[in-house]
Order: sequence, then structure tokens, then C-alpha cells
Amino acid sequence: MSNQALFEIGLEELPARFIGDAETQLEKRTKEWLEQNRLPVERVSIYSTPRRLAVLIEGLPDKQQDIEEKAKGPAKHIALDEEGEWSKAAVGFSRGQGKSVEDIYFEEIKGVAYAHVDKYIEGEATKDILKGFKEVILSLTFPKNMRWGNRSLKYVRPIRWLIALFEEEIVPFEIEGVATGNRTNGHRFLGEEVLISQPSRYESELLKQYVIADRSRRKEEIREQLQRLQKEKGWEIHEDEELLMEVTDLVEYPTVFSGAFDESFLTVPEEALITSMKEHQRYFPVHSENKLLPYFVGVRNGDDQFIRNVAKGNEKVLRARLSDAQFFFEEDQKVSIESRLEKLKKIVYQEDLGTLAEKVDRVEDLAVFLSDKLAISSDEKANVQRAAHISKFDLVTQMVDEFTNLQGLMGEKYAKLFGENDEVATAMREQYMPKQAGSPSPETTVGSLLSLAEKLDTIVGTISIGNLPTGSQDPYGLRRQALGVLQIIEDRHFVLSLTELLDEVLVYYEQKGLGTEDRQKIRSDVHEFFNARAAYLLKRDNVENDVVEAVLTEGIGYYSITKEKAHLLSEKRNEESFRYVHEAFGRVLNMSGKAEGSSVDSSLFMKEEETKLFTMHLEIKKEFFKQLDQGEVVESLRTLSDLAEPIHNFFENIMVMTEDRDIRLNRLALLKDIADTIYTFADFNAVQWKQQN
Amino acid sequence: MDIQTMILTLQKHWSDQGCILMQAYDTEKGAGTMSPMTLLRSLGPEPWNVAYVEPSRRPADGRYGENPNRLYQHHQFQVIMKPSPDDIQEIYLQSLEALGIDPKQHDIRFVEDNWENPTLGAAGLGWEVWLDGMEITQFTYFQQIGGLEAKPVSAEITYGIERLASYIQDKENVFDLEWTNGVTVGDIFSQPEYEHSVYTFEESDEKMLFDLFTTYEKEAEKLMEKDLVFPAYDYVLKCSHTFNLLDAKGVISVTERTGYIGRVRNLARKIAKTYVEKREELGFPMLKEESAHE
Repeated sequence: MSNQALFEIGLEELPARFIGDAETQLEKRTKEWLEQNRLPVERVSIYSTPRRLAVLIEGLPDKQQDIEEKAKGPAKHIALDEEGEWSKAAVGFSRGQGKSVEDIYFEEIKGVAYAHVDKYIEGEATKDILKGFKEVILSLTFPKNMRWGNRSLKYVRPIRWLIALFEEEIVPFEIEGVATGNRTNGHRFLGEEVLISQPSRYESELLKQYVIADRSRRKEEIREQLQRLQKEKGWEIHEDEELLMEVTDLVEYPTVFSGAFDESFLTVPEEALITSMKEHQRYFPVHSENKLLPYFVGVRNGDDQFIRNVAKGNEKVLRARLSDAQFFFEEDQKVSIESRLEKLKKIVYQEDLGTLAEKVDRVEDLAVFLSDKLAISSDEKANVQRAAHISKFDLVTQMVDEFTNLQGLMGEKYAKLFGENDEVATAMREQYMPKQAGSPSPETTVGSLLSLAEKLDTIVGTISIGNLPTGSQDPYGLRRQALGVLQIIEDRHFVLSLTELLDEVLVYYEQKGLGTEDRQKIRSDVHEFFNARAAYLLKRDNVENDVVEAVLTEGIGYYSITKEKAHLLSEKRNEESFRYVHEAFGRVLNMSGKAEGSSVDSSLFMKEEETKLFTMHLEIKKEFFKQLDQGEVVESLRTLSDLAEPIHNFFENIMVMTEDRDIRLNRLALLKDIADTIYTFADFNAVQWKQQN
Repeated sequence: MDIQTMILTLQKHWSDQGCILMQAYDTEKGAGTMSPMTLLRSLGPEPWNVAYVEPSRRPADGRYGENPNRLYQHHQFQVIMKPSPDDIQEIYLQSLEALGIDPKQHDIRFVEDNWENPTLGAAGLGWEVWLDGMEITQFTYFQQIGGLEAKPVSAEITYGIERLASYIQDKENVFDLEWTNGVTVGDIFSQPEYEHSVYTFEESDEKMLFDLFTTYEKEAEKLMEKDLVFPAYDYVLKCSHTFNLLDAKGVISVTERTGYIGRVRNLARKIAKTYVEKREELGFPMLKEESAHE
């Protein structure tokens, strides 16, 4: 027979941000628990509102499945002693299974006979088993838990009622003084306590009490109401999934309403208005033709009675918030950029890295340094320097103090108002780009250089004082910023060797006397940190581990070239025709390790193949480096591959490790020279030849 | 409803729930939580139900009486119920009805907001209560006080009197709120708001304040050597207010800030621990009283 069960945990208001995960857990744990208890079911449905988590189980059998199974015991020679009597092991086994030795029979497994008994366990009544569901309720975990009253249980919020029903019957158990029953509470103000006579009536009974228990139905309800309002008023209300979900989890019975604010607030930067509406009040902002309108849309927990009253109250709250923003915006404009910069001298950036003003000085130095390195125009360089100089002034404005997510953006607005040119102003915002891995890089050169300088200072600085990110610990977001550095260099096609650049920044830090004593450790930490980020990016592009290792042996270098090399090798390692080249290079790299530092002397060449390899190397070398410098990666490898034939000929006809020391060392020196050239492309020995099946 | 009537109504409501009506504590403080009637009494096993109005000073929020929403000093109506009753949310909602707020005509929500005061080593979980989008109450289940586990758990309910009044009286400007009989908040507080702002941001003597902080701190330490919990705690409150004045003046850097907060926290922890020990020495007298009733 098919039965239904219902469990509901009645809680004081759950944090909205926990509800999604709580639903997932409840469903997973319920299914696992049913399976463990041999209760096959047809369907498990989850419900949630701010005041309840519930699960409806349909298609439950009357009792657990019976167990019929074979239990395996000791091997036959252990089960029987020398006289053919049952051993202690056999007696113990059968007893352990609730049987006696008479029940034992032997069966072979892989040629060995083992003792077995047949077991049969009859399933218990479902309604008795369901008492154990308590453990599912207690197994739910939340990011934050609390105690209440005199109770010692830590749970997400106080438990106020419990429903546990099997068909019409209450399944009895108790949690922290709350006994299970068959009554639930409706909406706090519109509903009443109600009896749930049958699990299947849960959703419909609650609806009568102004509770939409199904989370996705509640969400759809809000979405539809938003769409209706949109049509009616001719507005655009952006589909903000995150906000929609949060609002869904804040109400039991949603009713959408709209309100207005004074048009004069529209002079305040839109982002500040939107932050006030969305983050502080959970309103949807309203647009028309991409312009923000002086309206907002909220969602009430209740029906549409007195809705105008609710809208009016919300308008008042928003007015106060927007007045604050307007006040800050106007006050901020009364204080010059220069006096803001003075204030930075009083603010500590990081204890071992000085004040914000000192950070700004470093960023300025690094930005100028980058400008020179990339030989940008003197106008642009002046802009870079100015941008770096004022880059953090907005951090001490009232607007950013109130709306921290507007850093950079307010910098841009105020810089413009204070008469800075567009390039400089834009850089204020762009210095924080890309905001996340993969989001857009700065568009301007000035912004890109400032962003690079800013990030390099943060990363090198933080690692220098011993705060290298470990495991999941990356409080300063260094990984994200390092990815940003690589992304900008690539997106902007900057011809910059990151390996070189990092060394230069490290020297600058050392000159400034910042960081710990162990310069060598700092250096390797910084390089390894960046290498790991580059490796991460390459692997994400499906480049194999061995190829990643091969191209990063000498550091990241010019990242876009390194990346192209990786993709090329990743392709080549599957081509049979490349095997010849791969083997040739591999042999050179292997042998070159034995070289002792002497230089090549062509007068010591004994054989034609040596001379040939030597001249060939000289011939291709120039072309190869030229191509590599110009980023012609495919061509450069083709040029380098010209060495394959003379290399093979060399090894076939020449014995490198000959008796004569001078000749031997000369040959090794030649191989070493060639190896150095090959290494600038990649460590081919790290590349594993893909097995051809 | 004027503010005076609101206060009387809340006092009556919580008095009916068995709360002791206390008066404001006579030392400057930033919040009702810091009164020993909350901070110390919510420690230990003794039951404790109390309600009082607390004038709360936040020097950094001073705006010379010009901002319609921010005040150097506002008023909180503070309630503590230990252990937290099972129907504490309902009791609270009834208090709103007593103030003439019919929940059916509004949108009342409990929105997650966890409270933490690192200076006092205190933390709790709960909500801010929204009335049509306005935060009118902070509702917290204390989990930790002075670094000690709060057991049993107290429910703390803190109403922002001016906020709530601005809604009830439908006023845009806090200074237009009626206290009683046509007397407004502006009539009573405009001048002090202005003068305290001038003092806080312009006239305060930083050196004197730094010296005071150290003096108060030393005094508290000295008193703790003698286990004089309540007087020591008074000096911690003085430290805290002095720190707030310095902070508002912008003379405490980020690093120093951590240092000062750490110093106050250490004192607060010590006081919390000693308070519980001393109550224990006394045999937790209020616990006895409770069982005698039964």
C-alpha cells in the first residue's frame, strides 16, 4: 500500500541566505535515510518558507523491505578443525548472524570454499521506523547556529513546533522540549494555527492560511507580479535572480508594490541609489530605456490590504537613505583631492607596509616604471603618474565610507568634478578591473597600467611580509589579482616579460627595505605564486599538466607567447611526425646536463656531423629568437625543428663521451649551447609522448 | 502617540511580562546593552527580566543637529529576558500592537542580523525587525558575553525610540518629534546636539582624552585586583566613551584602534569572569528566590 508522510520543522525566522542550502540538504538526507531504512518511495517534495522547512514523502510502503541475504563467514579449512568438527570461528560466526552451526553451508568463491548462512530479517512497520526521522532533522547543518532559552542544542534558529505525520497518525518524538503534532502555523498576521489531517493536504491547508510553502512557486508568483506591474506601468524591472531569490526567502505570501522617490535624488550617482535600494532595502530599481526612474518595487510579506500604507512607509525609509547619500555626495564635493590625499597619511594600509599614502607612492613609482618600460607617449605617461598619485583619494570620502562597493567608481565621478581629465578619471575606476577572473580588463592604457601597478604592489607587498596565500586562505584576494595581472597583459597585448618585471618589482621592494629578511624566499614565493596562476589558466584551457610544466620551466616570461607555446605543444605531442623532433631535443637536453662550463672551440671538431650541427645552430638561432620575440610561435618552432636532423646525425655518428677529455667537453659544450636555445622554447623533456594505441 | 506615551506604553507592556523596570544607568555609554543591567546581569544562571530606557551616546554620529536622521545621543528602550521565553517573538509583536501598530496594516519582518561587539567580547544571533522597510528593533539571542558562553540564553530587544516615533508620528525630521504636550525633541535636544558636535569634532582636548583613557584603564585594573566588579565596570564604560570621542575626532589609526579595543576587551572579559564567580560565591541568590517561589 502506498502511504504518505509529512515532517515540518517550525522555526523562528530563518536567515534567507541559508534556505536554499537547507532545502538541498533536507532532500538529500531524507532520501539517504529512506534508503538506509529500506523504505522505497515514489516521491520526496521539499517545502520552505522563512518559518518552516518541510518534507512530504509519497509512496511509502506499510513496512520496511525484508532482508534476504547470504552472509559469508570463514574459509572451510578454518570453519572445520582437523577432526571435521565445527571450530570456534564457525560457532562465533553463526551466532553473530543469529543462527547456529546447523545453518552453515559451504560455497566456493574463486576456488576457495567459505562458510555461509542465509539470513532473513523481516522489515518493521514504517510508522515505527519514521520515529527515527528525528536524526534527519538534527543532521541539517547551517553556517551559523545558536542556542535559546535553557536549551543546549545548537540549531539555526529556535524550533517552535514540529509536525510528524504518517497518514493521519502522529509519529511521536521530541526535540528540545518540542513534541511532534499535526498542527502548523499559518502566516504570522493573516493566518491561524491549522490542523493538517493528511500529509497530502499540507500545501493546500497552508495556502488557506496565507503561506505559499513551495519555494519555487513563491518565486514564480513574485516574477509574475513583477511582470504584470512592468506591463501596467511601462517600466523595465531587471530580472535580478539573486535579489528575486532573496526576496522569495523573506516572505511567506508575497505581494509586489511600488513606490516613488523625489526626482531630485537622481543627481546622486545611480550606483549609490541602486545600492541603497537593492542591498539595504531589497527593492528592485526601475528603469526605462536604460535610464533609472524615480520609482522602486518592493515585495511585502502579506496580501494587498493596506498596501498603500506599506508603500508609503517604505517611501519614507528610502527617502531618509537617499537623503543621506545626497548629503554625502554634496559634502564630498566640498573637499579637494589634495586634502583627501593628506588624510591617507593617517590611515594604515597594512602594519608592515605602511600607510595608504605610502602605498600610493609605491604604486606611482611602479606605474611610472611600467610606462617607461612600455615606452608610452609622454602625455600618457603624465596621465599615468597623475592617476596613480590620486588613485586612492576616494577611499576617504563619505560616499565610499558608506557604500564601500563604490570605491573607484566614486573616484571617477569626483575626479571629473574636480577637473581631472577623462583618462585620469577613468583610471580611478579601471584600477580595480578585472573585478573577477574573466570579467572585463581596463579599456584604457592609463587604467591598465594603474591596475597592473596597483595589483603588483599588493601581491608582491603582501607576499614580502610573509602572507602568502595557503589552501583556502586568501584574505587579500591575491590569487584573483594575479589572474588579473595575467589577463591584462594578455588582453592589452603588452610586450612585457612578467618574469623580468617581477624581479624588477622585487628589487624595488628590497631597496625600499620592505619585507622579511629572506629575500631569496620572497623571490621564489612570488615567482611560484604567479607560475601557479599561469598554470591554473593553462590547465583551464585544457592544456595537459606535462605541457604546462614544460613551458613554465623558465618562468612565465611573455605570457601570451607562453600560452601559445603551450597550445602548440599540446597539439604537437599527438602528431607522429613530431616524434622525430621531440626525440632529438630530448637527447640534447639529457646530455647537456653533463657539460662543465667550457665554451665551444670549433677547432676541436673531429667529425663532419659536429661541424654541421654547430653551423646549423648558428644559422637558425638568430631567426629563431627573432620569430619568438615577434610572437611568431609556430614559425619559431619550425625553425628550431631544423635542428632535428643534424642532431640525430650527430648522435648516430658521434660518441660524445669519448676518452679524450678536451674533445668530450667540447662536444658537451656544443650540446649545452643548443640546449639553452631549446629551453627558451620549452623543456621538451617534461613533455610526455602520448602513447599511440 | 508622543514619545512619552510610547515609553509609558512599553514600560507597562514589559512590566506586565514580569520585567523589573529600571532607570537609565548614570554613566555615558553607546548602547543600552552596555548598561550593567544587561551586560553583567545576562551572565550566569540567575533569571533576569528587565526593561529600561537608555540614552545612548554615539559621538561619531553627531551632526550639529542639522541631519534629520542622525543624533549624537538617541534613546533606546531595552528589554532583557533570561532565559528567553518560548513566545518571546509574540510578546514583542504584542508590544507593537500596544503602540498602535496593527500588523495587518503594515509589513513586519524579521530580517537576519547578527550582533557582535568585539570590545565587550559579546555576540548574539537574531534579527533586525523591519516595519515597512524601516529597522525599528534589534532582536538578539545572546550567545556570548565578555568572552563567556551565555547560559541560559537571554533575549535582548532594543527599540530605537526616535526611529519608531518618526514612523508612528509620521515625521521626516527627528527634531520635529513630539516628546509630550507639544514639546519637541528639537526643543529639548537641538542645543545639546549642536554643542556636543562642536565639542566632539572641534574642541575636545585629544591629549586629555588619551590621558583619561589610560587613567580610567588603570583604575579599572586596580579595582579588579580587589574584585570590585561594578566600580571596575564603570571605569570600563568610561574608557569606552573616551575611546569613542577619540575615534570620532579621527585621531586613532587603524592599528591603534585594534590595540585600544583589545585593551577594553581584556578588561571586560576579566570583569565578566569575576562577576560570575562572585555571584557564585553568593550562592546565585536570585536563582534561589526563583526556586522558593515554586
